[in-house]
Order: sequence, then C-alpha cells, then structure tokens
Amino acid sequence: MIRVVLGTLISHWRRRPLQLVFLLIGLSLATALWSGVQAINAEARAAYADAAGLLGRDRFDRLVGRNAAPINASRFAELRRAGWAVSPVIEGYHTPTGLSLVGIDPLTMPKGAAPIGAGKGPGMAEVLAPAGLLIVNPETAARFNNADLPKLFAMDDLPPMTAIGDIGLVQRLLGRPGTISHLVLDPDAPAGLVPLATVVPELDRVAPAGDGGLARLTDSFHLNLTAFGALAFVVGLFIAHSVIGLVFEQRRSTFRTLRALGVPMTQMVILLLAELLVLALVAGLAGVALGYLVAAALLPDVAGSLRGLYGADVPGSLTLRPGWVLAALALTFGGTLAAAGLALWQAATMPVLAPALPRAWARASSKRLAWQGALGALLLALAAVIALVGSGLPAAFTLLAALLVGAALVLPLLVGGLVQRLGRGRGGPVRQWFWADTAQQVPGLSLALMALLLALASNVGVGTMVASFRQTFTGWLDQRLASELYLTTRSEAEANTILAWVTPRVDAVLPIRSVPATLNGLPGEVYGIADHATYRDNWPLLDAVPDVWDRVAQGEAALVNEQLARRAGLALGDPVALPGGDLPVGGIYSDYGNPQPQALLGLLLFDSRFPDATHLRYGLRIAPDKAAALAQEITARHALPDGGVIAQADIKGYSLDVFERTFAVTDALNVLTLGVAAVALFASLMTLAELRLPQLAPLWALGLTRRRLAGIEFARILVLAMLVLVLAIPLGLALAWALVARLNVAAFGWQLPLALFPADWLWLALTALPAAGLAALWPALRLARMPPAALLRMFANERG
Amino acid sequence: MLLTIRGLTKTYPTREGPLAVLRGIDLDLDQGESLALVGESGSGKSTLLHLAAGLDVANAGTILLDGAAIGEMSESQRAAVRRDRIGLIFQQFNLIPSLNAGANIAMQARLAGRNSPDWNAHLARAMGLDGLLDRYPEELSGGQQQRVAIARALAARPALVLADEPTGNLDEANADAVLTLMLDLVATAGAGLLLVTHSQRQAARLNRQMRLVMGQSQA
Amino acid sequence: MNAARRLFLGGVAGMLAARAGAQGFAGLGTAVEGFALPDAAGRFDFPADHGAHDAFRIEWWYLTASLTGADGAQYGIQWTLFRTALEPGGGEGWDSPTLWMGHAALTTSTAHHVAERLARGGVGQAGVVAVPFQAWIDEWAMTSLAGHAEDALDRINLTARAMDFSYDLILQASGPLVAHGDNGYSVKSRDGHASHYYSQPFYEVAGKIEVPSGPVEVTGQGWLDREWSSQPLSDNQTGWDWLSLMLDDGTRLMGYRMRDTRGDFTAASWIAPDGTVEVLPNGALVMTPLRTARVADRDIPVDWQIDVAARGLSVTITPLNHAAWMATSVPYWEGPVFAVGTHPGRGYLEMTGY
Repeated sequence: MIRVVLGTLISHWRRRPLQLVFLLIGLSLATALWSGVQAINAEARAAYADAAGLLGRDRFDRLVGRNAAPINASRFAELRRAGWAVSPVIEGYHTPTGLSLVGIDPLTMPKGAAPIGAGKGPGMAEVLAPAGLLIVNPETAARFNNADLPKLFAMDDLPPMTAIGDIGLVQRLLGRPGTISHLVLDPDAPAGLVPLATVVPELDRVAPAGDGGLARLTDSFHLNLTAFGALAFVVGLFIAHSVIGLVFEQRRSTFRTLRALGVPMTQMVILLLAELLVLALVAGLAGVALGYLVAAALLPDVAGSLRGLYGADVPGSLTLRPGWVLAALALTFGGTLAAAGLALWQAATMPVLAPALPRAWARASSKRLAWQGALGALLLALAAVIALVGSGLPAAFTLLAALLVGAALVLPLLVGGLVQRLGRGRGGPVRQWFWADTAQQVPGLSLALMALLLALASNVGVGTMVASFRQTFTGWLDQRLASELYLTTRSEAEANTILAWVTPRVDAVLPIRSVPATLNGLPGEVYGIADHATYRDNWPLLDAVPDVWDRVAQGEAALVNEQLARRAGLALGDPVALPGGDLPVGGIYSDYGNPQPQALLGLLLFDSRFPDATHLRYGLRIAPDKAAALAQEITARHALPDGGVIAQADIKGYSLDVFERTFAVTDALNVLTLGVAAVALFASLMTLAELRLPQLAPLWALGLTRRRLAGIEFARILVLAMLVLVLAIPLGLALAWALVARLNVAAFGWQLPLALFPADWLWLALTALPAAGLAALWPALRLARMPPAALLRMFANERG
Repeated sequence: MLLTIRGLTKTYPTREGPLAVLRGIDLDLDQGESLALVGESGSGKSTLLHLAAGLDVANAGTILLDGAAIGEMSESQRAAVRRDRIGLIFQQFNLIPSLNAGANIAMQARLAGRNSPDWNAHLARAMGLDGLLDRYPEELSGGQQQRVAIARALAARPALVLADEPTGNLDEANADAVLTLMLDLVATAGAGLLLVTHSQRQAARLNRQMRLVMGQSQA
Repeated sequence: MNAARRLFLGGVAGMLAARAGAQGFAGLGTAVEGFALPDAAGRFDFPADHGAHDAFRIEWWYLTASLTGADGAQYGIQWTLFRTALEPGGGEGWDSPTLWMGHAALTTSTAHHVAERLARGGVGQAGVVAVPFQAWIDEWAMTSLAGHAEDALDRINLTARAMDFSYDLILQASGPLVAHGDNGYSVKSRDGHASHYYSQPFYEVAGKIEVPSGPVEVTGQGWLDREWSSQPLSDNQTGWDWLSLMLDDGTRLMGYRMRDTRGDFTAASWIAPDGTVEVLPNGALVMTPLRTARVADRDIPVDWQIDVAARGLSVTITPLNHAAWMATSVPYWEGPVFAVGTHPGRGYLEMTGY
C-alpha cells in the first residue's frame, strides 16, 4: 500500500516537473550560498587554529625583548646553562618570496611543538642537515616548487605562506645571522632555578600568544559573510516555501481522495514527510556541491582580504570537511521542514470531508497581509529605535535584520496600495482590469517580490557603502602616505650608511619608529613621528586641539587613531594611558583598515620612552618624478633586498588591491543573491501561470488576443519589479547608513562619510528590470502560444 | 445482513446552536440489494452516506457492516474498512489528477492489495472507457470522469457501494447511461448499493427507496 | 669502547641516517669522507685529548658510578655527553654541524630515572673545552677541580638535573689513566674498525643525589670512558654487550662482546690496581647470558656468566634493577651490576641492539 500511495504522491511531480525543478533549485540555492559561506568561515577558522597551534604558540610562554628590543644571542646559552628549558625562534618576512619564515631549534623545542619526526614531519637529520629544508603546507610547496629556496617538505595543517626550518637556515635566508626573535619556554623546568628576572632582566615573560587575537579581529568579517549567507538562505527558502505551498494546494484533492479510498491519515503524513526529506536530501547534496564550488571560487579573494586586512594567513584552497557537509544537509532538512511546515500541518489536519475546491492559492487573505504589515511596521520601529540608541556589533546586526525583514513584510501592503493608487482614474476597461488584476496578484507574488526587494536593497546598500568607502579610502591614502619613498633597512648600521648617502639627495628624511604597546589596556602600537610639514599638511586628522602639532612635537600631547578613540571612549584632552605615563589626546586621526589601536608621539618623547626601539624605517620626501630613479639607485648601491625601498605608489596599489579584494567577495555574494531573487520571481511566476489561466480565459473569450494577454502579463511583472526597485532604493540607503554608521563602527572601529551614487542605481535598474523581464518572459511566451483548446477547457471543466 | 443502521443521530454545531442532521435513522441493506436514499437538499442523505463510509462519526446509534460496529473503530481501522469493503462514488468525481484513467481505476484495488488487470479491463470495457485509459482526468469529459470513478469503486470488488449523487453533474442522457452501467455492474458483482439521489426517476430503478425528511425516514 | 657509545655511532648517527638513507643518500651512518680515521700509531696527548676532536665524526665522555647511600641502599648513576658531526669542519654559530646529546640516569633497586638533552655546537649550549677542562650540556656539567700538577681528570665535579632526579658528585682518581687496545688504538671488528679509547677506572666518588623521596648522601666508585672515532661499525654487527667491573681486590676489568653474524668478537682489558693493562685477545673473554627479563617490550639478558679463563675469573653478574632501560632518542640498556663468584665486585653493564 505504501508503494501505491507513494507512487500516487510522486505522480504529481511527474505531471509538474517544473515545480520539482524550482523546489530543488530553491532548496539547493538556499543551501549553496549559506554552506558556501560556512565553508569559507570554517576554512579560515581552521587556519587560525593552525596558526595558533603552530610551534606550540597556544601552549608555551615566551621570553621577548622588552619593547621589542632584539634579544642578545648569548642569552639562549646562558638561560640553558642556568637550567631554563628555552628554545630560540626567529621569525621574519622573506622579501623575495613573501613567505613568513619561522626558524626553530629542533633540538631544544619542547616535545611535540615542532612538526618534526613523529611519522608526519621530516626527520631531524634532514632539518639539521647543512643543506636544510623548509616545512610548508602542500599548497605553498606547490607554489614555490621551482623557487630559489632550500628543499621544501610539504606537510598538512600548516598555515599557508609560512615556512618552518632550522634556525640557522632561516637566519641565513633572512640575512639576520645570530638573531633571535623570541625564546619559547618549556613549562617542564625543575624547581629551584635562578629566577628569570636575575638571569635575563631585559626579557619579559609573556603568556601564550595563541592566534594573536586573529579570530576576534576577523569575527566581524566572517559575520558579514554569514549575514549574506543567511540572506540568500532566506530568499532560497522563499522559493521553496512558495513552491511547496502550491504543490500541497494542488494535491489537496488527491490527499482527500486517498483518504476516502482508505489511506490512514498518519500514514499519508508520514509519506509526505518522507517525500520532502528525500527531496531535501537531493537538494541538499546539490546545494553542498554548489556551495563547495562557490566557496572554492570565493576563497582566494577572502584569503587575500584576510591577509591584507589582518595579516591572517588563510589557504586559498578548500578542504572538504565531513562536519560541514552534515551541517549543510541538516540545514537543508531544517529549511525544508520550515518551508513546508504550514503546508504539512494543513494536510495533516485537513478534514477528509472538506471541500476539495482549489482554495485560491497564495491569495493570502487581506487579514494575513495586514498582520504581516503590522509586524513589519513593528520591526521597522524597532530598527529606528536601535538606530537611535543601540551600539555594538549585536545591535548593529539586529538593526540590519529588523530593517530588512520589516521592510520585506510591509512590502505587499505598500505595493498593493501603490498599484491601487495608480489604477485610480479613468481609462479603458482593459486598463482598469490591468490595475485591478495586478493588485490582486500582489499577495500571490508577495514572497517573490519580498525576495527581490531584499536582493535589490542589499545591492543598493552594499554598493553605496563600498563606493563611499572607496572614495574615502583613496583620499585618505593620499593624505596618509605622504612620503614618496619608504625605506626599510636590515640593521641600524646599514640605515646609517644609506642615510648618510641619501640625506643630501632628498627634501627630507622622516624616521618611522614604532613599538608594540598597551594603550589604555588594549594591545596596539605606538609610533614616533618627526615634527615636519609632511605631517602638519597631510595627516588625516578628524578632530584636533589648536596647535596640535606643536604640542605633539613638544611631547605634551599624543595623537590617537579613531579605533583607539572609539574603543577607549577618548575625546580631545582625555588622558590616554601609554607606556611611560599618560598623555592628553591632542588629536584623533582616521586609520582605515587597521584593526589595532594606535598612538603617535613626538619623536623626542618617543625616543626617550622607547630607547630600545629599532631605527630601521624611514620615509623619504622627494619630488615625485625623481622618486623611482632614487629608489633604484638606493637599492642598487646598497644591495637592499626587494622591498627595501617601496614607492608610495606601490603601497597605494597594494592597499587598494586589498580593498578591492575585500569587496570583491561582497560583490560576488551580492550578485549571487540577486540571482537567487530572480529565480524566486521566475519560480513564482511559473507556478502561478497555471492558476492564472482561469482568470485569463474569460478575457480571451471577450476578445483579447493571446499575444495581447501575454504582453499584459509581461508588463504587469515589469511594473511590479519597477515598484519594488523604487522602494528598494530608500531601503538600500537606510541599509547603507546602517552599515557605514553602525556596523562598520562596531566591527572595525571607524566611520565613513556616506556618499550617494545615483548612477549606480540606474545601473542596478538596468540590470534588475531585464532580470525581472527575463523571469516573466517564459510564462508570457507560454501564454502567447497556448493552444486555444487549453483556454477553452477552462470553461468546460468545473475548475473554480 | 450487510449493513445494519440503528438509531443513527448526527448533530453539527452551528452558530445558532446544534443542528440535528440525522435524527434516529434505522436502515437494513442486504447483499446484492440496492437502496435509494431520496430527499430534499439538507435532509441528511449525504451525511448518512458519509457516516456509513466511516468518513465521519455519529453522535448516537450504531452502524454495523458485516456485524462490525464502524462507530467503535479507530480512524485507521475505518480507513481499512473503506479500503477493503467499500466502494465510494462522489458527485465530484474525485479522480487523482496526476494519474491517468487506467491508474485511477486500479487505485483502490491496489491499495486493498487485490488488483486484477483482467477485472479492471472488464470494467473499463463495460464503462466504455476503452482507448481512454492513457488519458489524464483533465483530458476527459465529465461523464467519462464519472465512469472512471465508478470503475475505480468497483475495481476493488467492494461488498458495499456507497454512491453520493454520482450522476448529479451529468446531463440526463449521460446520467441514465452511467446509472445503468453502475447498476449492472453492482448486480454482477453481488455488492450492496446505497445510492443518494434527488431524482425520483433514478430512485425508481433501485430495489427499494427510503425518503429522508429533516433527518428522519419516511416510509 | 662502550656500547651506548656505539649506539651514538649507530644511534644519533643512525637516527640521523635512517631518514637520509631513505632519501637514497649513501647514508650518514657510513659516510666518513672528510673525517679523520683512527691511527694505530697515534699516541695520547693530554690535556688536549681530554677535549673535543673535531676532525673525527663521533666522540663521547662517558661516566658511570656504583654508589652506596648513607641509607644503605645501592645506587648507580650515568652521565654521558655524545658529540657527532654532520659534516667535517663546518659553519659557525647556529650553522655549526656539531650536535651534542647528553644522557643522565640514576638507578635504584626500584626505579630507573632517565633524562636526555640535545644541543648544537657553536652557540655555547653544549661543548667541551680541554683547559680548564669542562664538558657540559645545558646545566649538566663535568668540571675539572684538579690542581696544576695533576691530570685534569684526576678530580672532577659532576652534575646533572632533571624533573625527577639530580646529582652533584665529586670524583677523585686513585689511579692513572688507562689506554685500551694497542696504546689506545682499540679494534672493534675483524675488519679492523677501530677507535681511540682511554679510561679513568679508579674514581672514588662522594656527593649527594636527589631522588623523588629526597636527598641522599652517597659514596662509591666511578669509571670514565673517553673514545672517539669516525668509523662506523661493521655491517654484520647486530649489537653489543659491554661490561666494566671494579673488583673488590682493586682490579678493574673492561670487556665487550660485539654480536656479529659471522661469529662474536670480544676484547677486554685486565687492569691491575696500579693501572697496568693486560690486553686480552678475541675469545679470551666469554660472556654467556643466563637469564632474560622483559624490558621495554623486548627480551634483554640481564644475568650473565662471565669467564676469563686466563685469569681464573668466573663470576655471575646480576643487575641492581633489570629495568635500567634508557628510553632516550637512541634507546639501550645501561645499569649497575654486581659480580658474585671467584672475583666479587660491582660495575656497569651496557647492552644495545636488543
């Protein structure tokens, strides 16, 4: 019997394959974007965990030079001979390849901390052999296969673009013989040793560094992606919900007949559930596959932005994680049940004697629309309240959600009202019918229109934010990167040699000195800057006291970046806690793209507070047209490695590149969401087309040609899409404002000026309307080519 | 006795208070016997039929089908009785739109687990549906659809056929033809038939008649 | 020569060689190109020869001592510093091709404590200097306390420390340094593999050890071995049993058995109390396993019958603790033993390749 019932239920899909296709598309698209984003996030989190676990960074204390002063190499042996189980590490950036090199001493590394031996890694002999080798992840190994590097040993679970080798080898590669960055401290040390403070008074013991707060820093970025994934998921579920609703409605008579013929209700509901779960499984698998492709396509850009923004190394290739697949499938099942819940409930509770007349499907009662509108208005009011008083990341996301969902919920009422208003006034009977009928169609199309609204508004909102950001960022780079050349030397001796040569050849030499420091209790950096017109003229101050530059130069005030000011709640004149004592805030400057707090001191004060800071970096001012030649000459004359002298233009290029990559991801997700919305519209129209026939047949009988009817149907969709677009623009601007003034501030710590780009809206209209038109085209064409017999049947049959 | 009904009472709640649709109906139907239920609209004919089919439950009274009390059965037991013992024919044809005529005819027999292609073919031939079996309901006329519904009801060889104005949606000529076919087949199959109709002419063609007025039987 | 020493040879070198061998290299364990070879005509030159011989590939400073605690209990300690060079000559600082491995052990009748340290040369973490003599790795050290007139090794301080034990001992020699083999040219196989090998077998030991139950004052006798070579052992040699005995009559006996697939090879030195050495030829020493014990998932012969017919010696040796397994990166068995029979005494037994 089960087979017969199941066969009967399934026969519906055979007769209406299009509905099946749309249901599967809706569910798999919902799964795809969401799970794609989750795959990206999982990959990134795994990379952070790898980075955190690398060489026991998350387990072992470290000894570091106070204020980032270098560690005297003899300290290692002195500590060992005093019984302290320390192991030296050198870390550095390998300019020719861009690799992060980590040099370790495998002989003294705490047990299990070094990826050597233990079956997976290379043998100690190979690492220690004079030729040496570098341990990298397989992706990096493949990339640098032919590079001028020691032998590469590929090993999983290492961060990308990181190479681990013997300390001697890495010192050679970095050109820093005898240098130690820090010492790892094995916790297994016998009692009764001479205290560290006595053996190495100039070193600080610091707790495990873990991932350096990467997970926290990048949270907001991943939250952004998640928000897009969730949006697409909801839109996908809209499609599934509308298809399932229609399919259940069309099968109501079948359900009733089956029960009249003796199929118990519980059995039928169980079979319906099984049918849905099979469909969900198919759609889920397709969605997972699609999501994997989406993630694989987006990951390189995501990895690029994470590296550029946060210095986080995330591999550019995707690993297939079973947990992710299961989570995605579970999500599809959950989504399917959510989308089908109402329909299933109605089928389960339907009295067998209820009239089987097709209830005008999806012609949601005006009562329901009113409730929905009221709920939407409530959410919009909530959004307004949060916009006024809320702060913090959760509030910002609640604001976004309330704004979008609220607007979507009131949309049917708004569009319905607009259509009725447009239909007022005089006109021919066809015109009257057009508007009246359009108003009647709005509830049925409401889900699709809501999806379209969300996609369009996201597009306007994110587009506005990105364009505003680009405008601001470019201008800011011009101010911030005032020096034409940036010089980085390997030692102070080298710096002095070069400076002696270069000083007479440039307009000014501006030292750049910095130390990692704790600012008002937050980890960040302190910079020392010279008193020079370069800064006075260009520095992007948001707010400053009078004579700010004089006061900074005299050591009476500090400048803080916007991130620090916002996070620590600092205003002009407030004291900011710095190593060596508080200073009043003399000015606040914008510092886009930097996740960390930062403070600027006058150079004299900086040098007195941080005498151990290295003097390796300098900005050089020179006429822009001479910069390139000078850079070449310095590099050649002083045998500087690549990156020793960087031109302002290169840094700008790099920064803009990071910027573009960051928003390439949001752009891509944006387009995908818009695509899903178009599919939603198409699916709704296709499924509704059949129900429309009985309504259109009388008009055909009254003398309207099929072609004319098709044209009217087509126009109707364009009008609706246009109305949605018009409503989407203010919503998108509200969204942009929420992103810029609330989410950005909460997530990144800086605010952007919002600019309007009407040309972009036109562009969006030129994209969205054809998309809507395309979605409406097929149903319209089908109508235009419908055999008259099919229309006639509308009268012959008893079909409501 | 195939069907025994005693003191059957059914009340529906309405806004104006409970509405008694059936008020103590007694009825007997033997194997191979046909009984026409006639009466005005709202006299309770259809309700009586639904209760006999176990589609609804009475407030008082008993319905015995082959001696088993339908009112005391669970929902799934009643479903099993419908599936195995009863053939139902409605005024609305109630075909499954996604199955073709042949599959619709075989539907209940397959559910009951006694599908016989030969018997189905015989029914289809007798109903004049030859050559239409591959068509879907929407491709059939009203009369054709109702003949499919009747064939479906008989395909499972039910002991009792319950028909609710089976020809109500057909024109007179069509209605007579369909009724003739149905009576022939019921007689051939030896089933009992309870047929609701408001047509005196049709009722006259059955063994017995029972007239319902305001939920009570009038001899 | 000593067996853990051989282990270092086939050990650290082997540890290094296993991978390299798998990589299709000739194998570090057999590569001697560029290193000096032991010279039969060579004579020891002290104090320079107490220091490291960088021209050779492998070398060790190997001290064992049999001790008696103030509590009456028996103890044994081991202190070893191995040197191995990845290539001859080589770089400075962190690029130094010299590797150092330290092993320290303390054996009681119920426990065997082991610690290991690894280091590279060139950065001061480990090394040996001849004058003033010190051998060290991390905070472990063997430091000369000898006066100007004495040999640097006549009086030394020996320290080692780990999580679960430590010792700090003074060792005073009561006899001269002793050269094994042909004036210190010690042959290891029929194929003529050899090393330079001398000992100080006459140490009187006093000091303090620390076990988990607390500190113990100890006294006893110690034995230092010094050996260097570049030449790995024969391919046919599967393992090795080495024994040092400090007999109650003041005589010292050093002997070893190289287990060879072509027939065992033995060598021994019979050292009179005044330091006079009689070199016993292959076959003069007979070592017969009497009993095996299950240690570290393998069967180790822990009781032995030792016979030197030429000297009328016939003793049975038994370990203080048969679980004296050195679970280091190169594992082997090394522990204090007691001799019972014609020549009672005590000493150290070392076994590899089981």
